Amino acid sequence: MTYEESPVSLAEAPTRRLNMIEAINDALDIMMERDPNVVVMGEDVGYFGGVFRATAGLQKKYGKTRVFDTPISECGIIGVAVGMGAYGLRPVPEIQFADYIYPGLDQLVSEAARLRYRSAGEFIAPMTVRSPFGGGIFGGQTHSQSPEALFTHVAGLKTVVPSTPHDAKGLLIAAIEDNDPVIFFEPKRIYNGPFNGYYDKPVEPWSKHADSAVPEGYYSIPLGKARVVRPGQAFTVLAYGTMVHVAAAVCAEKGVDAEIIDLRTLVPLDIETVEKSVEKTGKCLIVHEATRTSGFGAELSALVQERCFYHLEAPIERVTGFDTPYPHSLEWAYFPGPVRIGEAVDRLMKA
Amino acid sequence: MARGNLPSLSLHVPEPKFRPGDKVDYSDLAISRAGEQPRPDEQCEASETHPLCLDLVRVLGDDDRAIGPWDPRLDADTLRRMLRTMALTRAFDDRMYRGQRQGKTSFYMKCTGEEATSVAPAMALADDDMVFPSYRQQGILIARGYPLVEMINQIYSNRADKLKGRQLPIMYSAREQSFFTISGNLATQYPQAVGWAMASAIKGDSRIAATWIGEGSTAEGDFHSAMTFAAVYNAPVIFNVVNNQWAISSFSGFAGAERTTFAARAIGYGIAGLRVDGNDPLAVFAATQWAANRARANAGPTLIEHFTYRAEGHSTSDDPTQYRSAQEREEWPLGDPVNRLKKHLVALGEWSDEQHEAMDRELVDLVKAATKEAEKNGILGHGLHHPFHTMFEDVFEELPWHLREQSEQAIRERRIKWPEWKES
Repeated sequence: MTYEESPVSLAEAPTRRLNMIEAINDALDIMMERDPNVVVMGEDVGYFGGVFRATAGLQKKYGKTRVFDTPISECGIIGVAVGMGAYGLRPVPEIQFADYIYPGLDQLVSEAARLRYRSAGEFIAPMTVRSPFGGGIFGGQTHSQSPEALFTHVAGLKTVVPSTPHDAKGLLIAAIEDNDPVIFFEPKRIYNGPFNGYYDKPVEPWSKHADSAVPEGYYSIPLGKARVVRPGQAFTVLAYGTMVHVAAAVCAEKGVDAEIIDLRTLVPLDIETVEKSVEKTGKCLIVHEATRTSGFGAELSALVQERCFYHLEAPIERVTGFDTPYPHSLEWAYFPGPVRIGEAVDRLMKA
Repeated sequence: MARGNLPSLSLHVPEPKFRPGDKVDYSDLAISRAGEQPRPDEQCEASETHPLCLDLVRVLGDDDRAIGPWDPRLDADTLRRMLRTMALTRAFDDRMYRGQRQGKTSFYMKCTGEEATSVAPAMALADDDMVFPSYRQQGILIARGYPLVEMINQIYSNRADKLKGRQLPIMYSAREQSFFTISGNLATQYPQAVGWAMASAIKGDSRIAATWIGEGSTAEGDFHSAMTFAAVYNAPVIFNVVNNQWAISSFSGFAGAERTTFAARAIGYGIAGLRVDGNDPLAVFAATQWAANRARANAGPTLIEHFTYRAEGHSTSDDPTQYRSAQEREEWPLGDPVNRLKKHLVALGEWSDEQHEAMDRELVDLVKAATKEAEKNGILGHGLHHPFHTMFEDVFEELPWHLREQSEQAIRERRIKWPEWKES
């Protein structure tokens, strides 16, 4: 595990074992402390501290005018955040579930993403939209979605998906400090522990995982930099969020020497790390939970094909959710778990 | 389909009173008498304004005199400045409309007949109050002294265009004039204005926000979000609804005008509402002043409906003779805002027909000179635009690898087409 790109030396920093929620809470706390222009708002984020507890204690510490509950209106939440950004604040709005971000889509796509461009830099939208994302929790159709591809397709938005408490804190701090609008999707399946896709086995809490060692205080992880989770030679795995852990577990189970890359930021993408890895391994497996057609995997596959064509020794494998709405009872049939990933791994190993 | 004795349901599809060729009769339009509307205390309960949401605040009477509690008692110099700014806005519109017809640009939108709804509020607000306009408030920029040449550079998308040719004509942005970047997406500026006002309140500032929308766009969800947030947080914001009767070809009935006024929508949100004669610059000024004082005193937001008429087509791409009677404009019972203010000044003995004609000639020359100056920087399609690489800038603060690659591609394509060309 390397964090050499981190601007702050973390080697000596004392660490605490945090789960992802606590790491996110810590990041918000640190940024609110450091910058009086950071405001946190959203449905139930104030007094109650958020339905996932990500904002717990912040209102008590920073007051009602910096951490507050909002009406149930995603269009309003994003819209007022754009106006606050134009004033000079650094808003961190929360959308309770990524599945409910759509009413705010016009404000994100037509306004936040284009403010800097259309005003030639006169106005900017330095906001970070936090939203729990992804499935694997029996959330059914409207508490499970992974809509990242809707945002990666929008010029002017950055899209980030952390996969560990350590990264969640560092990436969230970087996102809040970034002067561009950032969509920060938090895989809620791994809020409490790194889910490996084996849903029929007990889940370990984060405290047993190395990446739950979160340095105290301020540090940031630059946006646009991927993390090599595990170096390997057999093939390259491109994944983010929950699927990093699932892919890693399947590869470990099968005993294959895969190089696993956690993209962390989808836009801007760390193309160098991707190219370097695929050129070395000659094979590529892309894994995401979102539906397949026009998903972000299609973009990754196209990029790898265009840029690493002469190094490829096998067709690029794309393992994703199916092209259906996220089902309730058939969740594990939908989820791109060990069997689906395993088939792709077998194909790559035979190729 | 109908069950038993129940009558068949019928769908009501609104229809304007007059279509092309129809004789126009406005006799059933309720027009209040000037001076008769009470002016409640600026910090009153929102509910106290409810009668005013159904009335029409008017100051200028049929005798061209200012009357009643809403008379802002402006001095003659201020009135002349207001008149000149409105007349300049009109002269500018006329020239730019012609420029579009001459092929100097792709598009233009006039605000003819609605000049009071932007110029008078701009004069009633402080210069650093942030405005979130729609595309028909060019009078604000002119009132705030934004250079006409800069406006024309933007309209021509030329090499001096501050927005680097990225935006459709008239979608100005002028941060120094506290004028927010205009978006093509209707109503999005409404919640943004509320957010700006909330930010001002969070920081303990004294600046307020004002925003404009057409009556047609009040049907957008953003209108509801903005009203709700403003009410919940008591945001220091002024909501202007310019009810000019028409949203392109759709009359105001398609935004709900058959049932109630737009000002009356404030009632349901617990927000103060005022309905004003939008062609009466003094009434518009007074209403804005009232709302601004209210907002500054932390007494909350105000919704002002400006009852007016869109005298021209929606845009240079629109032909209003296809859907409404040409007589509407001539018969509009609230007259013309420039003419009404002129007659008021004449009645005060502070202005004359001769002075007015001389001013109009001067303004035509002023705009013509600005146009000539801007044309030196190029007109649309004549090649005097910003360098190619600028297309890729400002998408993000820094250029990511994929935009750097695409920028190189655009420049390569250009060199293939024009081998002699050098990127400036």
